[in-house]
Amino acid sequence: MKPLIRKLVETPSPSGYETQIRSVVQAEIEPLVDELHVDALGSLIARKGQGSAEGIKLMLAAHIDEIGVMVTQVDVNGFIRFTTLGGVRPYTCIGGRVCFLNGASGVISMEPLDDMSRVPTFEQLYIDIGLSSNQDAPVGIGDVAVFDRPFLDLGGRLVAKSMDDRIGAAVLIETLRQTKDSPHQLYFVFSTQEEVGLRGATTAAYGIDPDLGLSVDVTGTGDTPRRSKARMEVSLGKGPAIKVRDGGMLADRRVVDWMVRGAEKLGLPYQLEILEGGTTDARAMQLTRAGIPAGCLSIPCRYVHSPSEMVDYQDVLQAVQLLVELVSHPIKL
Amino acid sequence: MANTTDDAHLSQIGNEQLQLLERLSNACAVSGDEGEVRKIVLEEVRPHATDVKVDALGNVLVTRRGQGENRLRVMLAAHMDEVGLMITNDEGEGIYRFATVGGLAIADLPGKTMLVGKEHLPGVIGIKPIHLTEPEERKKPFSLEGLRLDVGLAAGKVKVGDRATFATVFVRQGPSLRGKAMDNRLGVATLIELVKRAPAQIDLLAAFTVQEEIGLRGARVAAFTFNPDLAFILDSTPAFDLPAWDVDENVRYNTRLGAGPAIYVADSSTLSDPRLVRYLIDTAEAHHIPYQLRQPGGGGTDAGAIHKQLAGIPSVSISVPGRYHHSPASIVRLSDWQHTLDLVTSALFHLTPQVLAGER
Repeated sequence: MKPLIRKLVETPSPSGYETQIRSVVQAEIEPLVDELHVDALGSLIARKGQGSAEGIKLMLAAHIDEIGVMVTQVDVNGFIRFTTLGGVRPYTCIGGRVCFLNGASGVISMEPLDDMSRVPTFEQLYIDIGLSSNQDAPVGIGDVAVFDRPFLDLGGRLVAKSMDDRIGAAVLIETLRQTKDSPHQLYFVFSTQEEVGLRGATTAAYGIDPDLGLSVDVTGTGDTPRRSKARMEVSLGKGPAIKVRDGGMLADRRVVDWMVRGAEKLGLPYQLEILEGGTTDARAMQLTRAGIPAGCLSIPCRYVHSPSEMVDYQDVLQAVQLLVELVSHPIKL
Repeated sequence: MANTTDDAHLSQIGNEQLQLLERLSNACAVSGDEGEVRKIVLEEVRPHATDVKVDALGNVLVTRRGQGENRLRVMLAAHMDEVGLMITNDEGEGIYRFATVGGLAIADLPGKTMLVGKEHLPGVIGIKPIHLTEPEERKKPFSLEGLRLDVGLAAGKVKVGDRATFATVFVRQGPSLRGKAMDNRLGVATLIELVKRAPAQIDLLAAFTVQEEIGLRGARVAAFTFNPDLAFILDSTPAFDLPAWDVDENVRYNTRLGAGPAIYVADSSTLSDPRLVRYLIDTAEAHHIPYQLRQPGGGGTDAGAIHKQLAGIPSVSISVPGRYHHSPASIVRLSDWQHTLDLVTSALFHLTPQVLAGER
């Protein structure tokens, strides 16, 4: 799966501007599905199978957008001020590099700080793309960029700027490849604008009107050095995480149990996840129309929303195994 | 130069439109109590509409059907409500406590004259006179808990739940217009004009929405009812271009007066459909209409609710810039309003399904 992961994570596509990544995903899945379409918000929606009498309409979603920045002003000296697309933090920006969708590149730096002990605000940061003035600047108000870091393969662990949630997209694509026979009508949704508020999944779920929804997304971990005693019970390398709750959703208990049964049947390691902050596309699915059972299969990920998000390769492979198992049999909640 | 026959559909803002804006600006319609503006809207649009209805939340939903095949169903939305106050406690002797409705700065309230309730009863948000305050006291910010609305002795006339708005009277000042609630009576006035002069190749679905200022509540259900192919949202955005504005270095301005309609790329609730942004820019450039891109970042319009409705609705917002929004009086330029009307009118007249032919 590594070549696929590399291809997905290195494709620049911030929230609202997912055209490039959508084409990459579309090329991968086109031969594998029965029907494909792009909805009004840009989500790629693929259907596989008609479903048998004992099957349901199952929606699986991974978001293809990534966090990024958008130009708000180019000053007379050519320095670029910006706002954020999704949960970017000022301290992960400083010294970083960005790549605009039109090809321009730049570095992020900051005004001299009066108080070095405080984290600067976005108003104090700017992008320098090597201009001396704003005359003929190659970028203008509204242009978007993503963080620029190469994919890093550490063997057992993989690092990239957009594991959130290209790793979820990779898991869905691989699941699509490995699923030979399913009683269900399977909708694979590569959703847009998750990082700005689950917007793509909201409209995709309405359009599909599924019986059950599952998102595949990253979650935080508690396995890194820290002073605080409060520690999240998820680690890299201990298997995919089955979400119990997060900041925006209480996973349907029946969906959690179904996923646990699947993991135990295969003898796969798994972790139960409670995430205090943040949420996923599953929330949007759960609340669509009159409501549906929903859950989330999480890939544990360190340093989420930094330019170097780290996942464990075995966790990823096991997530695929679990998902293939889950979608291949009738679902009794 | 723009071709004159091509632009024959453009309408000049004259006395008729200005008088309508004046009536709309002077009308009181705090979120949830939009009846006064709704009445004016209904009066104006009825003779031109195929269908008019008022929905459960109070939105005015106007359909003006076009002619021909494959007509795009185009939603245009403008919110009727304005920020203001709601009376919460009657403390006797004509003195009332109140809550704010929508985004109002407490600092904008002390000493202001207000209109209260459906009868527009005059009142004032009283403050302790300077004679009686200590120098240290004057440095402290006002708190909502410390402010009262005083209507004199009109026992029984004001009730808990009544709304109050600033008692500002609309005036025209040279190239500018000054009044309260320009956010968003400008959008309402623009949309009324568009209903009157809708092009025939589209179905125009005009939503005059309620409760935008408290969370885009009306627009959400209006979009569900209309289920349009795409939506343009007409609003008014804050301009921050005061004399202190430094051209070299200001990372917070949204828009400038006199620079034309502000097209939204992104705000806190919507990433505009890039196809529609491009279409508006191309339309403005083809017709030599000045425009500006609103600085991306905070704020929001009804687009935030509309674009996520149903299976998704391609949306973009266009605003007339105005200074001092959500305060007792805003200042806007007539030329910006005219250019906004020109841009939206041109965009509608030349609109074809081709605009959405490519994927977002």
